[in-house]
Amino acid sequence: MTVLCLVERDGDGAADASLRALAFSRELAASSEASGTGGDPGYGEEPAGSNPPGAPGENVAAVVFGPAAEVPAGALAVAGVTDAYAVESDALTGYAPLAWARAIAELITASSATAVVAAATDHGNEVLAHLAAITDLPMAANCASAAHASDGRYRLVRHRWAGSLLEDAALDAPVALLTVAVDAVAATPAAVPAKVTVHAFRPDLTDGDLAVCATESAERAGGVSLATARVVVGGGRGVGSPAGFGALEELAGLLGGALGVSRVVTSQGWRPHKQQVGQTGTRISPELYLACGISGAIQHMAGCLSARHIVAVNTDPDAPIIARADYAVIGDLNQVIPALVTALRERAGLS
Amino acid sequence: MEILVCVKRVPMVGGKVVVTPDGQDVDTRMSGFAVSPHEECAVEEAVQITQRLGGTVTVLTLGPAEAADQLRDMLALGAGHGVLLETDGREWGPMATAAAIADAARRRGVGPDGGYDLLLFGNEAADTGDYQVPVRVAHALGLPCVTAIKNLEITESGAGAGAAGGSGAGGAAGARARASREYRGIEEAFDLALPAVISVKEGINLPRYPSLPGRLRAKRAVIEQFRPEYRGEGLRKELLRVPPGESKRAEILGTGTDAVPALVRLFEEFGVLS
Ligand SMILES: Cc1cc2nc3c(=O)[nH]c(=O)nc-3n(C[C@H](O)[C@H](O)[C@H](O)COP(=O)(O)OP(=O)(O)OC[C@H]3O[C@@H](n4cnc5c(N)ncnc54)[C@H](O)[C@@H]3O)c2cc1C
Repeated sequence: MTVLCLVERDGDGAADASLRALAFSRELAASSEASGTGGDPGYGEEPAGSNPPGAPGENVAAVVFGPAAEVPAGALAVAGVTDAYAVESDALTGYAPLAWARAIAELITASSATAVVAAATDHGNEVLAHLAAITDLPMAANCASAAHASDGRYRLVRHRWAGSLLEDAALDAPVALLTVAVDAVAATPAAVPAKVTVHAFRPDLTDGDLAVCATESAERAGGVSLATARVVVGGGRGVGSPAGFGALEELAGLLGGALGVSRVVTSQGWRPHKQQVGQTGTRISPELYLACGISGAIQHMAGCLSARHIVAVNTDPDAPIIARADYAVIGDLNQVIPALVTALRERAGLS
Repeated sequence: MEILVCVKRVPMVGGKVVVTPDGQDVDTRMSGFAVSPHEECAVEEAVQITQRLGGTVTVLTLGPAEAADQLRDMLALGAGHGVLLETDGREWGPMATAAAIADAARRRGVGPDGGYDLLLFGNEAADTGDYQVPVRVAHALGLPCVTAIKNLEITESGAGAGAAGGSGAGGAAGARARASREYRGIEEAFDLALPAVISVKEGINLPRYPSLPGRLRAKRAVIEQFRPEYRGEGLRKELLRVPPGESKRAEILGTGTDAVPALVRLFEEFGVLS
């Protein structure tokens, strides 16, 4: 019995989102022993202990697209993966969502998988949705946790509204298809590293499976990326006009950070959408998020669940963001930000 | 180009989500409803395509009778027809939703000779975030599919689908689209034969504000209605709850520019000053 996890490659290693999905998969596999739904059917009393050492509980296997030689075996071992399936195919030169799903569908049988897990990335969600459609199985997206229950079903916690609301759900399916809310799970290593066996796997693909495939080209990255910036200076409707962002940009520059904005700002056309923070924009994870003239709507805050410290500047002491931030300045950003810029420039000996 | 755009009515939750006492729904007594942002962009994209290439936009939603309001909002943006798959107000799961949408699309058919050339969706519903309805619809109709698209171009409009008001029969045989998105710093582009299913994300365009004539037209438009049959599925909601730790209160550093020295000290403490 196996939990099969799609592992996306990132350079020579595994993508951070996939390491989180592997940690989630391990918890799920362990819960099958705890609930007695794993190898030993005699559940009830001391289920975990009743399994003799080495009894077939559930193991975690990885699916990696690409040649066996390129499987990031070191990272997989740390994450507790016992088997890695390297999907090799001459026809499969790049990302092809339907072909990936077909290969995983074959692997469900080959590995006797009871669950397929992927990070809730564009690739993970897309591939699992195809897999769900091919197999006619239900799929639960954006799970924060999953466990076997003694009734044979799965107990899930899912994110709704991008994590602003939690859903406790039950999943009844012969094979569970789950994507993992990346913000909700840490990429913890296994208690004991595993020994990974790599299997080359050649899927049976048709031309139709390969009809939709990606052509990749490097994006030109300009400046500090919003998603990975250590500091984000945010501006919302309270900035008041396109010109008002000058001071915020200067502040972001002084802090080596990036400018982020609310949806009101992008839908007014004040700033481009790629600077939008939130549920339908970019997720940020800075050390410091300085949110200026932003009310703190749930869809905006969903984009900063991983921010370490949130500081708000707002004229309204009752704005929702005051209940979500760690620190706040009550005041007009058009006065506070220029004064802060001056203070930081003086401190740096710039003026 | 004949385009079907599927949209979802969702509550316009603002600063705080409140759950109903039975834990089954979001309390919407204080909020209005709107179309999810991704889907509003899908409608805008469809309107722009038909303005360039001719054809019509049909907007469809599965939801309660009141979801006709959201269809009218989208008709005001320039969609030509509205289709309501009316439910009894229960929340439908993604498998049943996709099956009902596929059935509705089959009524008109897909492909040349008057069928839909393109089915557009938002990437995921803002509320339930199931990330699968477009893909399931594509499989049910046997169409190619790609999701999370941020840039869409109709590269070949196909024989007979030339100028606006052309043959009237739609008929975009040979039409193709180039759809792309950014994924982990890389641009991924997909070349698809139409008819196809594509889901888009906010940012693909900036939706227009409805015009006054658009609003008037939308008010008078006839909305086609169907009542698909509900069916349960393997994934079932048990309880909704607000994540813990939501109601702290920020420490107030001060008022106006008086707070600047405290801000600088705090930034030093966080280690974000060089
Ligand atoms: C499905 C869905 C998805 C969404 N996705 C996103 C998303 O990804 N990102 C996002 O941001 N929003 C998103 N929204 C919109 C969100 O609900 C809010 O409408 C939006 O975040 C509000 O932007 P804001 O805070 O700039 O404006 P407002 O809510 O109008 O707040 C402005 C704030 O500025 C303060 N202010 C005014 N003047 C000043 C001043 N001079 N100095 C200091 N403070 C001042 C006010 O007190 C107020 O708190 C989404 C909505 C929906 C329904």
